[in-house]
Parts: sequence; structure tokens; C-alpha cells
Amino acid sequence: MALLKIKNLRVEFGSFPAVDGIDLTLEAGELLGIVGESGSGKSVAMLAVMGLIEAPGKVSADLLEFQGMDLLRLTPKQRRQLVGRDIAMVFQDAQTSLNPSYTVGYQIEESLRAHLGLRGAAARQRMLELLDLVEIPDAASRASAYPHQLSGGMNQRVMIAMAIACSPKLLIADEPTTALDVTIQAQIMDLLLRLQREQGMGLVMITHDLAVVAEMAQRVAVMYAGQVVETGAVPGLFDAPRHPYTEALLAAIPEHSRGARRLRALPGIVPGAQDRPSGCLLAPRCAYAQAQCLSSRPAVSDGVRCFFPLAPGSAHD
Amino acid sequence: MSTATEAMPDYPRPFKAFWQGFAANRGALAALLLFALIATAALLAPWLSPYDPIEQFRDHMLTAPAWAAGGSRQFLLGTDELGRDMLSRLLHGGRVSLGIGLASVLLSLLPGVMLGLLAAFHQQWLSPAIMRVMDILLALPGLLLAICVITILGPGLVNTVIAIAIGALPGYTRLTRAAALAEIGKDYVTASRIAGAGSLRLMFITVLPNCMAPLIVNASLSFSTAILETAGLGFLGLGVQAPLPEWGTMLSAARDYIERAPWVITLPGLTILASVLAINLMGDGLRDALDPKLKKIS
Repeated sequence: MALLKIKNLRVEFGSFPAVDGIDLTLEAGELLGIVGESGSGKSVAMLAVMGLIEAPGKVSADLLEFQGMDLLRLTPKQRRQLVGRDIAMVFQDAQTSLNPSYTVGYQIEESLRAHLGLRGAAARQRMLELLDLVEIPDAASRASAYPHQLSGGMNQRVMIAMAIACSPKLLIADEPTTALDVTIQAQIMDLLLRLQREQGMGLVMITHDLAVVAEMAQRVAVMYAGQVVETGAVPGLFDAPRHPYTEALLAAIPEHSRGARRLRALPGIVPGAQDRPSGCLLAPRCAYAQAQCLSSRPAVSDGVRCFFPLAPGSAHD
Repeated sequence: MSTATEAMPDYPRPFKAFWQGFAANRGALAALLLFALIATAALLAPWLSPYDPIEQFRDHMLTAPAWAAGGSRQFLLGTDELGRDMLSRLLHGGRVSLGIGLASVLLSLLPGVMLGLLAAFHQQWLSPAIMRVMDILLALPGLLLAICVITILGPGLVNTVIAIAIGALPGYTRLTRAAALAEIGKDYVTASRIAGAGSLRLMFITVLPNCMAPLIVNASLSFSTAILETAGLGFLGLGVQAPLPEWGTMLSAARDYIERAPWVITLPGLTILASVLAINLMGDGLRDALDPKLKKIS
């Protein structure tokens, strides 16, 4: 049974669909990468899974299942028990995702108390184990530090410790390394991967970094303007992208422009509320757009949302 | 893992960091001492004061202070128009004035924080409702509002507290709402929600501690405003009623003797000035120590 099943998830703010009918499935212990530009709805989709979209945002889906439970039909109380224990999340900027008023040790213990009922010495014991697990040296003394007294990488480790505190089945990492420098990025990625393998968690990795996905994920979903435009297994999708957007994303990696005078970039930006095209959402920016692309929207067929998917091998770097 | 030779990280405790910030402001430190002196004197008034504050010495009406011509050792700060010892009245008056200040700060801080948090967390309809009522309260000048309330409730000690508290309420509500709104947008609140925190926990345990800095500063400053307003109401005859000694009431009663016996009006005036100044300077120091925007990068 799939850990997470999403069918036709929509999140609307007023008349603007931030997430426009995405389908995703995640098996237990699988690592799914979600990539896409800023504003393509990656984070919003995951917040919707957790039930954290507030009015005026509206969430609807044909199916939103976690371990066979319908997430849309949970009472707020059931949802609060589930989220945090079985589903956890790591954010982009750990400096702001830890509460500045409490020591990091207290914050980790808090969810142990709330979800596992651990108290006193037992909670402290487990908290120190968790800090050790995320490779924080001197756990005992760092537990009494406040977030502003720790470095960004250290805070991100604390965040990860909090997320895995209750051994979740699903961990959502929302650009967990964007705010960190390159050496720390690699360490945090390794840490997440190791924990995912050891604990058999399903991991959804939201990222801009295609290299990270190429290296670690088993499957990847490429999102554009609230839609999943291509899904596929790694490395197949990277070797032979079939959607023009995926191809453009790959072409924009600086390594692919080595020797060229300019980087190859995709012109334009993701359409917003005012300039949403009536045809294919990528059409105004697509190099291969034809008349049909401008007038009607393609549906997903065979993992690609495109009228004219690129044939394997036709992609040119 | 660390070795024995590696220095253990030693993180300064929050109180120590706060104290260093506060003590760096010399004026605030002096003000704290002065305020502590005034507060202790007020607290210990029954034991420090030489006489009962309402006992009248009919043979010694308007006696000058000990250092002035015609003064005597018997009444160190002189006596008022009814022959009551000034020192005793000032000491006891401190209890009333500071007590009213403290009570009205608490009485406006607690509901103000509640309303502000409610407004911040319920954007849809509770927020406009609360904030428009606060705007109406803000539209009236503080003293006028207090006079209105006293006109309705009648003068007296408790009603003075209520009147001043109502006047200070909008400040706390707006301050709390603004601070809470700034915090709600941050990731740690979302993280807390993801961890399954309910709305009460979010309000009071996650968000409120991070809004405390401006609230503490405002509380210390409105403490002095409350003392001033108490004095103002007392001066108008609407506050604390005679014979209870209160600095503003003393000031008002002494008005008629300003030429004949200047000490009767000067001494309560100076006391009010000193305590308000001390509290304001202290508030400045608190802001220096608590406001991250003013924190020196060390």
C-alpha cells in the first residue's frame, strides 16, 4: 500500500490555483524529489497535505490518503495527532523555524512529551539521543543553547532532530539546504539520507537543486505553475527528459553551459494570477510551442503533461 | 565528539545577557536604584513614617520643614493645612499611588494581551471587531476617557484603577496584535502547528513569549503614565478621596497655600516627578536591553 496517495489536489487562493490538480504517490521508504522554479507550488502542495492551508486558501482533492486514511476527512484533533507524529517537516531556514524563546533541548522534548508521552528524565534521555543521532557534538551542553546561539547548520540539525523525534513515516523536507553553505549542505543531505535509510521513512525532498535529486532520489516530479509536468524514475528522467520544461531546467544547470559565453536560461517567469495562459501553461516560454499549445491545455499521458513530448535522444544540450 | 581539552561551549543565560544590556545604560541603573528606594519606602511606610498619616496636630498647622525658618525637628518635612505630618503622608501616599499604578498596569496588560492575541489569531471577524472598539477608545484623550469612566462609576480608589486601565487597554491590544502578527508569519509557528500544537498552545506558549519585549517596555512606561493620571484625577477631585493620602490629592489640597506654605505643594510634586522620571528612565533601559533592533552587535 502506498504511504501517500494524492489525486487531483487543488489549492486555490481566490481564483488563482496555486496547486492545479497534481497527482503523486509515494511508497513507504521511498525518496521522491519535487523540483521546479520558485512559485511553482511545491511548498503549498505539501502544506496542503499537512492541512496547514488557512482561509482564504481552499484545498480540494479527489483523493488525499496517508496510509489509507483520508486526510481530508480527519477531525482537527485527529489531524493534530497524526501530523507531527507520523508526518513531519523540515523547513528551509532553520534560524526562523525554531522558536527563539526556548532552548533547543526544550523544543525537542516538547514534541516527545506531546506525542510519545515521555516525561522528565526519559524525555531528556531521548532528546540527547536524537541530538547525537543528528551528529551534534556536546549534545548535553548544546541542548541548553538558544537557537540564536547556534549556527545555521547546527540549527538545521536540531530541526531534523525535532522532525524525526517521533519516528515519522513520512518526512517532508522543504528545501532543507537552501539557507546553508555548500559544505554544510552536503553534510545535511548525507544526514537526511542516512536517517531516511535507517528509519525507513518516506522522504519528499522539495528542492531547486537538480544535482541533489539526480544523486539521491528514486523518483522525481517536476512541477511548473502548480502542475506536475513530468514524473519519472531517476536517472531516466535526467538522461532523457520528455517535457520541454524539464529539458529547459536541465539545460539551465551551469555545468551544461561550460565554455559558453552565457548560461542557458529559460526566458520569462512562472505565470501568476493575472497572466495565466489559457492554453498550456508553459506555452509562452516554450521553445517548441505550436498552435495547439496556445489554445488548449494538455493532460498527463504516460507521465508527461505535453502534446508533443520530446522523443528520447532528441533533447539537445 | 569533543575531547576533554576542547572548550565546552558556554552559552550566556538570557537573564545575564539582559542584565548586561540594562546595566550598560547608566541612567537606567541609577533610575532603578531610585525607584527601588521609592518602592521600598512605600512598602515599609507603616514602619518608617513617624506619625499616622491622617492624624491632625491642630497646634502645628502648616509648620515649615525642619531645614526652613520656623521648622522643627518634630516634623521633618513640615505639616499640611490640617496639621498632618507631610513625611508620613508622602510615604503612605506612595503605597496608594504605586499601588494604583501597578494594579492598573496589570488590569490593562492581562486583558490587553488576551484581546491582542485573539485579534491576531482570528483574522476573519474577531480582529476587526476588537480593533475597531480599541480605535474608539483611542479616539478619546486618556484623561477625558478616565473622567468619563469615573463619572459613570463614581470616584474612589478602585474606580480610579479601572478608569486608568481602560485608557491603557488599546495600547496593549494593538502592541500585542502587531507583535503576534509579525511572529505568526514565521516558520517556527508553522513548525509548531506541524508538530500538532493546538490554538491555545500556539497563542500562549509559542507566540506570546516572543512578543514580550515591547510589552514589558510598554508596561513600565504606562506605569508612570498611570501614576500621573492618578495624580491628575486626584488633582481634579475625581480620584482617590480624602483623607486617604495620595500624591495628586495632596497636590490639589495644597493649591490654596502655594504662597504661604510652598513645601505643601512642592514636596508631593517633586515625589511624583522623581518616581515618574525613574520609571521612564528604567523603561528606556529595558528597551535597550530587550529590543533586538537596538542591541549592540558584540
